[in-house]
Amino acid sequence: MNWTNILTVYLKELKDSLRDRRTLLSTIIIPTLVMPLLTFGVGKVASGVIGKARSETPTVMILGGEDSPGVVARLKESKKIKVVPTSLDWKEDITEKKVRAAVQLPEKFEAGLTAGASPTVVIYHYEGEMKSSFGAGELEKFFRELREKTTTERLAERSLPATLAKPFDFKRENVAPPEKVGGNLFGGLVPYLIIILCFTGAMYPAMDLTAGEKERGTMETLLCSPVARVDIVLGKFLMVLTGSLSAMGFMLSSMGVTALVAGSLLMGGGSMAKAGAAAAASVPAGSVIPLIDPLGLVGVLAMVFPVAVLFAALALTISLFAKSSKEAQSYLAPLMIVIIMPAVIGMLPGIDLNARLALVPLLNLSLVCKEMLSGVWHWNYIAIIFGSSCVYAAVALWLAVKMFNREDVIFRA
Amino acid sequence: MIEALHLTKTFRDKKRGDIRAADDISFRVSPGQIYGLLGANGAGKTPTLRLLATLLNPTGGSATVSGFDVAREPEKVRTQVGFLAASTALYGRLTAREMIAYFGKLNGLADAEIRARTQRIADELAMHDFLDRRCDTFSTGMKQKTSIARTLIHDPAVMIFDEPTLGLDVMTARAIVKFVRECRNRGKTVIYSTHVMSEVEKLCDTIGIIHGGKLMAEGTLAGLRTIYGEQDMEEIFVKIVGAEDAK
Repeated sequence: MNWTNILTVYLKELKDSLRDRRTLLSTIIIPTLVMPLLTFGVGKVASGVIGKARSETPTVMILGGEDSPGVVARLKESKKIKVVPTSLDWKEDITEKKVRAAVQLPEKFEAGLTAGASPTVVIYHYEGEMKSSFGAGELEKFFRELREKTTTERLAERSLPATLAKPFDFKRENVAPPEKVGGNLFGGLVPYLIIILCFTGAMYPAMDLTAGEKERGTMETLLCSPVARVDIVLGKFLMVLTGSLSAMGFMLSSMGVTALVAGSLLMGGGSMAKAGAAAAASVPAGSVIPLIDPLGLVGVLAMVFPVAVLFAALALTISLFAKSSKEAQSYLAPLMIVIIMPAVIGMLPGIDLNARLALVPLLNLSLVCKEMLSGVWHWNYIAIIFGSSCVYAAVALWLAVKMFNREDVIFRA
Repeated sequence: MIEALHLTKTFRDKKRGDIRAADDISFRVSPGQIYGLLGANGAGKTPTLRLLATLLNPTGGSATVSGFDVAREPEKVRTQVGFLAASTALYGRLTAREMIAYFGKLNGLADAEIRARTQRIADELAMHDFLDRRCDTFSTGMKQKTSIARTLIHDPAVMIFDEPTLGLDVMTARAIVKFVRECRNRGKTVIYSTHVMSEVEKLCDTIGIIHGGKLMAEGTLAGLRTIYGEQDMEEIFVKIVGAEDAK
């Protein structure tokens, strides 16, 4: 192994890759844009859609109620809903979104209230349809208020205090520090994104530097040089690793900036600089701004490194086998699904790290990152995961070197 | 100096079984000599030259290049060899200067030496107009000049040309032929493979006719003419290869 040669190959590949738009797209541009787009793009669209749905006054139908004119009149007076004339096809009208919900008033509803009966009001809505659920929600709110008012009136008639029906109150208060909240909220998502971006960051350079070179005829040119093949493969591997790590680095930096900007906007346009740790202190009790433990993030980076090595070596080995970039892509794209699966499983609640799962590649990373971002440090599992990841990475790298020494692979046409 | 002794390369193919791409090939090329390896497509020219350039490992026999064994000292062999083939392309996103410098560095040359040699080669090949342009913008002629510069940067003692004029226009092909001749004049050991008879007639001091991975005949142009009683190289070639095919 000659480090001067490895460095020469690496620097050339770096220069070459920096001039390639597709590599820049997969290792810098997409990782940088993914978080702001997810947060502000998708978030803005989603909040716009929800806001628009909320701003609409839901149309509702009243079924029955001829003997309850008072309640019907109050429903019609309500500014939160718009009562439309009842039709016989009211179910179809809800299905076709002509009306959002319908309410069935039982016979002699008003009379029953006065007599102290307990009739049941049925609200019809279309499950899973947002505007329909808003309409049903408004109706529920109306009848909840009516029930409370009726209770108060009944108690007053009997000269009993209102607290009789509400003997005590309760509320929830959070005791988790902001970084734990952040860890629980983002702990699953961050490793998931890291795993995907690490792989996509490695994918394109790996294809370009191996199958792409074979396709363009530069591989043979390179092999004519006196540099040992192990040096060539290590130089190329370092470039693929750079692509993988840069994708992750740009994604994490972009995520940090996005979190600061989002935090600042959440606080009503306060200074961005103060939006980090100071944010937690300035927020009223009970509404904690989730933060990510910086030490956890450092831990995540350390754990991701051998996995990035594994991805780089794996992508290089598979691409090397292919005759063309297109063939390499057809091998690597399905692998993406295999890689996403453990990352998704790691996001699921209720799956906790144990000694056996600590040996499962990628799933172990996903689970340990979730823990570290929440401030939980199981050092024994961390050691097992780091060690096993290093072993997997070393095996993948050894495979890449072996593959590069195979004539039938290098000259496969 | 190149010496091949019973050089053999067998490939294993799942459908066709064992294929002997180079079969018991022996020849010798001295400095200041051009050895022409003449054969049809698929005759075994490229595997033979790839064995000499250590891109492939022999499965039998041996070969030395400038005294270094191709199987035991492949890296030392490659320091002695400049390999130019139709299949050795340029890095499109590098400039000609960067391409030459890269191969200079891979050959262990210092930066100052690379600069000086690049300047000299660019003068000789009239490359200054496009030296700092990216290779993916080059014409075929510019690409060939850059490839030649790439093979010359470490001043190798042995030059291996594998069908270097394949697909080139007449003017570019003539420039390549001129360059091969210059290599001989500088005392380099040259091996040149082609299936173009006229190139062999014009260039080569010794001609080896290869067919089915075997070296069928070898000699000077005059010697082959005498042995086979034909003046035209094409007729000689057909006589040798045709006789083998008739068996």
